[in-house]
Amino acid sequence: MAEAAESPGDPATASPKPLFAGLSDISISQDIPVEGEITIPMRSRIREFDSSTLNESVHNTIMRDLKAVGKKFMHVLYPRKSNTLLRDWDLWGPLILCVTLALMLQQGSADNEKDGGPQFAEVFVIIWFGAVTITLNSKLLGGNISFFQSLCVLGYCILPLTVAMLVCRLVLLADSGPINFMVRLFVVIVMFAWSVIASTAFLADSQPPNRKALAVYPVFLFYFVISWMILTFTPK
Amino acid sequence: MATTAAPAGGSRNGAGPEWGGFEENIQGGGSAVIDMENMDDTSGSSFEDMGELHQRLREEEVDADAAAAEEEDGEFLGMKGFKGQLSRQVADQMWQAGKRQASRAFSLYANIDILRPYFDVEPAQVRSRLLESMIPIKMVNFPQKIAGELYGPLMLVFTLVAILLHGMKTSDTIIREGTLMGTAIGTCFGYWLGVSSFIYFLAYLCNAQITMLQTLALLGYGLFGHCIVLFVTYNIHLHALFYLFWLLVGGLSTLRMVAVLVSRTVGPTQRLLLCGTLAALHMLFLLYLHFAYHKVVEGILDTLEGPNIPPMQRVPREIPAVLPAARLSAVVLNATTKAVAVTLHSH
Repeated sequence: MAEAAESPGDPATASPKPLFAGLSDISISQDIPVEGEITIPMRSRIREFDSSTLNESVHNTIMRDLKAVGKKFMHVLYPRKSNTLLRDWDLWGPLILCVTLALMLQQGSADNEKDGGPQFAEVFVIIWFGAVTITLNSKLLGGNISFFQSLCVLGYCILPLTVAMLVCRLVLLADSGPINFMVRLFVVIVMFAWSVIASTAFLADSQPPNRKALAVYPVFLFYFVISWMILTFTPK
Repeated sequence: MATTAAPAGGSRNGAGPEWGGFEENIQGGGSAVIDMENMDDTSGSSFEDMGELHQRLREEEVDADAAAAEEEDGEFLGMKGFKGQLSRQVADQMWQAGKRQASRAFSLYANIDILRPYFDVEPAQVRSRLLESMIPIKMVNFPQKIAGELYGPLMLVFTLVAILLHGMKTSDTIIREGTLMGTAIGTCFGYWLGVSSFIYFLAYLCNAQITMLQTLALLGYGLFGHCIVLFVTYNIHLHALFYLFWLLVGGLSTLRMVAVLVSRTVGPTQRLLLCGTLAALHMLFLLYLHFAYHKVVEGILDTLEGPNIPPMQRVPREIPAVLPAARLSAVVLNATTKAVAVTLHSH
């Protein structure tokens, strides 16, 4: 037990003290060793992860990752100014979305006649290199967002366009005509606007305030190109 | 009288309370991947030494922590513990050395700070430069200033790619080898980089005072005229309108570039060579973009004029990835003569 010894002549006690000033007056006897682990929270968390994630079952790992991805999808669909996407970035979600989009946009086997549709590799490369270019651009403009965080945000904000692709595919099952095209155009435009707004909500805070427009414009072009690919998709 | 409690792992807190603020700012954990990412977090070259400071601090912590852990183990295990401790230390040191080398190489080659000064622009500056690229300046006795930035030109090239894609799809262009996206990107970037280098080479021959960065910027901003013309004429399909825009808008941006080059070159022959080449390439590129990717409009005029016009035969054109010059002239001639023939027929 620590014995508290007050020193009456202590100049610290004379003036109005801050909250824990009295603690400095406690003296501790030499019999009792004072020891313990002073851990910094981040480090202990990492040690926890190292031992526990290796031993858990595959089901647990997959479910945990899927839940994290799903939570981020919710954040994209209802964009608020939060930094969940930025804090715990991961690239699973963008990968899933990119592969889904590229599979749906694939034109099948190359015919001699109409060979103009995007192939899987093309869509994949466009999305990833476009995201890398936008990230480099925003970093060069003086933003303080990290490389992978930016990739994460841009990839997750493709979700509305993937939904638009699904809707367009369903609409194309009906007979084609101008009404068909108008419906698809409307859906794609709405989802394009949603993507741009969502990514702006996450990315805008990382830019210096007077250069936000410069960083947002390439994002706009990027989602425009993806929307164009979705809108002009016609199945054989 | 006042003694403070001394923690046993005192060396662990090598980063004392005054450095505590840095630890909160460090994101992520201690794995190598995220370490690299943290080095990327530095948003300016003046912060690179801060990033190194973080790195060193964390390494010290890890070292101190490892040492403390080994001390505890060593006490328990005796001789065996000592050998294990030694091998662990050696492995640890090797890993640290390797990581340090890798991060140094990474920061050397993946250093985008080289390009940072060229992206230091404000939106108002970009807007004013875009507008100025259409206004030729008369004063050619004095070398005119060229803004050496790369943001505007890069964005204009990407915008041109987007407009080309839009135009290609509305025109049913069939491309054999290669894809629409690949062709568009290759064309635009190839023009921007290739013609800039060529003009820089000619400027070197003609002794003009212009640097590579300035030719890149000049040509990039010259693409603003192309973007406007193509955007308008891909949506309004009239050949006469295209020729008008080609001369007006294309001509204005060419005149501006020519004026800048003339102000920086001495001697009539050199001026003629340099400016003639640039003007020719610039205008011909716009022509090429329009005709190689744009549908010929006989079909539309056909439906507008009614049944007395003999129906034009529209042959699906196969356009290889690179359009040879001979085919281009044939296509252009075809297009113009057909348009002329239709307008003559209608009168």
